[in-house]
Amino acid sequence: MREVIAMAVESNIRHNIPPKFFVQFNRERCILCKRCTINCSYGALSFNGERIIADNYQCVMCLRCALMCPQAAIKIEVNSFQYAPHYNYDDRIRRIIYEQSGSGGVLLASSGCDLPYHHIFDDLLIDACQVTNPSIDPLREPIETRVFVGQKLPQLTPEMDSRDVTLEMEFPPNLEIQEPLIVGHMSIGSISYNACLSIYKAAQEIGTLAGSGEGGLHKDFYKYKNYIIGEIASGRFGVDMKYIKGVAAIEIKIGQGAKPGHGGHLPGEKVTKMISETRMIPQGSDALSPYPHHDIYSIEDLAQLIGALKETTEYQVPVGVKIAAVHNVAPIASGIVRAGADFITIDGFRGGTGAAPRIVRDHVGIPIEVAITAVDQRLREEQIRQNVTIFAGGSIRYSADLIKIIALGADAAEVCTPVLIAMGCTVCQSCHRGLCAWGIATQRADLVQRLDVNLASKRIMNLFKSWNEELREILGAMGIDSVESLRGNKDRLRYVGANPKIAEVLGVKHAGE
Amino acid sequence: MKKISFANMPHLKDDKVFDACGIAGFINLDGQCENGSKVKQMISILKERENGLGGGFAVYGVWPEFQDQYCLQLLLDDETAKERVEEYLKKKVNIVKDEQCPVSHNIHPAPLIWRFFVDVPAKEENPDDFIVELVMAIHSEIAGAFCLSSGKNMAVFKGNGWATEIADFYKIEQYKGFMWLAHSRFPTNTPGWWGGAHPFNILDYSVVHNGEITSYGTNRRYLEMWGYKCKLRTDTEVIAYLFDLLMRKQKLSKLVTCNILTPPYYNEIERMTTGEQHFFKLLRMNYGPAILNGPFSILVACNRPVPSLIGLTDRKKLRPLIAGISGDGNTVYMSSEESALRYVSPELSMVWAPTAGTPIIAELGVGLISQGTERLLRPQKIGAEIA
Amino acid sequence: MLESKAILDWNTISAKRNSTPISYKELNASIRTSIKNNQRRIKLMEVLGQRFIGAGLECTEKDPIEIEINGIPGNDLGIFMDGPTITVKGNAEDQVGNTMNNGTIIIEGDCRDVAGLSMRGGKIFVEGNGGYRIGIHMKEYQSQIPILVLGGAGKEFFGEYMAGGILLALGLKFKNSHVVNLERAVSPNLGSGIHGGKIYIRGDVPDSYLGVGAMKTRFSEEDIKILLPIISEFSKNFKIDEDFILEKAFTKITPGSHRPFAGYYTAKPI
Repeated sequence: MREVIAMAVESNIRHNIPPKFFVQFNRERCILCKRCTINCSYGALSFNGERIIADNYQCVMCLRCALMCPQAAIKIEVNSFQYAPHYNYDDRIRRIIYEQSGSGGVLLASSGCDLPYHHIFDDLLIDACQVTNPSIDPLREPIETRVFVGQKLPQLTPEMDSRDVTLEMEFPPNLEIQEPLIVGHMSIGSISYNACLSIYKAAQEIGTLAGSGEGGLHKDFYKYKNYIIGEIASGRFGVDMKYIKGVAAIEIKIGQGAKPGHGGHLPGEKVTKMISETRMIPQGSDALSPYPHHDIYSIEDLAQLIGALKETTEYQVPVGVKIAAVHNVAPIASGIVRAGADFITIDGFRGGTGAAPRIVRDHVGIPIEVAITAVDQRLREEQIRQNVTIFAGGSIRYSADLIKIIALGADAAEVCTPVLIAMGCTVCQSCHRGLCAWGIATQRADLVQRLDVNLASKRIMNLFKSWNEELREILGAMGIDSVESLRGNKDRLRYVGANPKIAEVLGVKHAGE
Repeated sequence: MKKISFANMPHLKDDKVFDACGIAGFINLDGQCENGSKVKQMISILKERENGLGGGFAVYGVWPEFQDQYCLQLLLDDETAKERVEEYLKKKVNIVKDEQCPVSHNIHPAPLIWRFFVDVPAKEENPDDFIVELVMAIHSEIAGAFCLSSGKNMAVFKGNGWATEIADFYKIEQYKGFMWLAHSRFPTNTPGWWGGAHPFNILDYSVVHNGEITSYGTNRRYLEMWGYKCKLRTDTEVIAYLFDLLMRKQKLSKLVTCNILTPPYYNEIERMTTGEQHFFKLLRMNYGPAILNGPFSILVACNRPVPSLIGLTDRKKLRPLIAGISGDGNTVYMSSEESALRYVSPELSMVWAPTAGTPIIAELGVGLISQGTERLLRPQKIGAEIA
Repeated sequence: MLESKAILDWNTISAKRNSTPISYKELNASIRTSIKNNQRRIKLMEVLGQRFIGAGLECTEKDPIEIEINGIPGNDLGIFMDGPTITVKGNAEDQVGNTMNNGTIIIEGDCRDVAGLSMRGGKIFVEGNGGYRIGIHMKEYQSQIPILVLGGAGKEFFGEYMAGGILLALGLKFKNSHVVNLERAVSPNLGSGIHGGKIYIRGDVPDSYLGVGAMKTRFSEEDIKILLPIISEFSKNFKIDEDFILEKAFTKITPGSHRPFAGYYTAKPI
């Protein structure tokens, strides 16, 4: 048998490196209730008969223990142990090399890029009305944020005008969402059953869409199918006729921002019996999705799969495509539109993931701000912009980012990490280990039950509601009463950053101009 | 109304064009010439592979009375462009005959197509190189002119439209040849540039291509070292130039050339005999920058040393290619799908798909010298069975 | 009122009009209309490259759908299909049985690349050869076990990424209407990345042909029980002598581990 790429000469010859985090106890306040030892799922805390002790090497700073301690007696600190300072070979690089030489493996990580690349969003400011036109009061006057997802027509023909035109009538299939914000794709597998359920309940209440992720749809979730975008990724997990005909929209996942060019990755630790059933792979095996779809090797193959899905759903359901933002994103998006897609999701390089090689997560892709600008611009030049709805993802952190990305050309944004944070996630970047102490990114039943579905779904609803209100506040200040008038309205943005080339690429004027 | 140029490349920042497409072609082994209706029929059934933004054809054996002249078939914006080119050509070559290429009026607006049958002045030591330089000069220096093809006894017809529309525009049913190529295109850049369609041609090497060459940047820089100018921003261009470089200038055989473009992987080389191992390693060492990477299936037609049709796919077989032989054994067909073959030849004595990275080569008057089922350095006898 | 039983006669639909092939949309719409009218046995004539035939069609064993294809069906034959039986009287193109859930596809000829991609159930029987990446990423769960049998040989990456199901390559060839053995039934990179399921190759497999994580395993009683009915059904479909097939020994390939890439990644935080 040919062994897996014999990379490790010998694995597990680990270096002695200091732990990244230190658990500090306030021994005076500690009442030895031992709640922390039960709450920690990473095996960092235990009781030695006398006091709580910490194995600092296991701590990932998820803060579960600290937040669950009734005495607030725990503090997690980033270990101040330092190597001799070196600007170039900083602590991070040294730790990476120690880890790699010790294990011979490819470093896995989760969540989104955590390197200090510049945020273009933070260099953009939004306009407001003063004197020359009035601002609008969102509390007392209507400001509309509804969006329609799907293909539109270049024009309506006269016969349609004379009848009651509804969306169903000889018009490409479209979905109505109440605000320009949807929950992106997080598979059951990468996140828990309870987390998925919380998201879908919230999507239904809010009246928006949530992505299924590439793991298929658990049978219990079919009651929310009208609010779910079914993802078809390269692994084709969970793709059967019930799924295809059930969901509100279908999205072919070509890539995601966190790992452009790579397929999905669910480590074997998270492939439980339930996941094995939904994905139809052996329990405990790594669910590695192939890198490309093996029936999509060229643009016309994508057109073929889109054609197959539309044929299978008898043209009733919007079919879209998700790609990672890469250098040639504009012509690629153009090809995707010409291949027949009804909506495109562009995922920027900062997008989150349940598991990805760290090196890909941190170094591959381009920012969503420029990607959306390029795609929007190109589609307009080719006069095919109205053929698709564009979703932007990849670190839309709060409503300001949402507003700016719509102004740069997107129809709506999709968010994942903020939704996880709303459910209690502390972004400790350990999702790939399947030990999430908050019950979000794990499949262990004892941990999953920590996530209260009612509470979590209400929190997501609150998040969406507050972002929508903030959107309306800013729209009002801008004197705009319908989000359609914000889309692509770059004129209402100004650039205040240090690099005028960025302003040029974005098509945004510099402040003062 | 803003005037569109057919011949000049549009200013499209520096973007690469992505192509997805249908390809088709055939060769009559006994040299029997027939008109373009058969190849038009073949390409018409591959409609799902195109999006109406490009189509084209190449024909070989089409100018029996002028077979010794280079036929420069040009795409011109208008009369003034034609006059510019004519002035230029008069200084460089002897024009034996020139005529307008008759076209239909099914496409508006449309360029002017003109062809010149020329002889290279006797003093030129290398007439082929001379013509190549001439073509490159036309592309870079003469506004409004683009050379569709520059070989002897052959011609390329191509433009912006559905493949069948282009066939009708050029009236390809009025031309007869023993070998035809056809292409239907699905590009993703702004339409309007007729020169961007396939086949791509240099001298008598014509290429139709389905897929994307991911090694384009490397191939381009390699070719530039040899004096080729890759101006057409489409990856297919490098394929045509590589065949010209390796077959014509370096005088390598068709099989060796294909072994350079799609060399065996090292674990395949390890299973070979010592002599073969050595040879293949040398090829890779020396011609690394010429390797074609990425998904592709191509059909290449050429006149020399023997008129031949070559079909080749990438080493992982990421694009389809089917070959077939007619019931009477006289015609070798190649295309993206079997339906294109069956549409024009319901009875086929053999149908097969090649092994990845291994060429199917059919020679005029000879037959198949490589079936594309195993890696060869020397031509094999025809008539062997496909496993 | 009596429920009308499905009409047993074949409904013939031509895929050409005035000697020009019709579009796949039109052909597939005719198929769906025929089924709605309870004509569930459909014979397609003069098919020439139309795609997605049988896409998403669903039926149960009690209420079957049968489609016979005369001509060459285009890509994605039976994609997402769940239950019907399709017979092709000739060669097929790429992606036969793509993400198929249930049903049977019988090809009386060759298939090309990526047949049985992500197959989840059902059966595909190919009389002749297959191309590249046959059976890639097939899956299974409990009784949902897909089966793909090539009568001839498969090219490279046969069973790549397999997570479940049963793949067979028999190495047979029809020559002047009797059956002979091919030199080999498979090519290199066999089962690369396999982490579930079983591959059975008729004949021997050189070790150098095994892909990443693929391993030759011993036969057991269990395997005979699995193989016999499959070979029986194959023989019946193509009228081949079962005994001839069983004369030659089979090689069984399974995953070396269900986590062939376990040591490849390291999960510690940095």
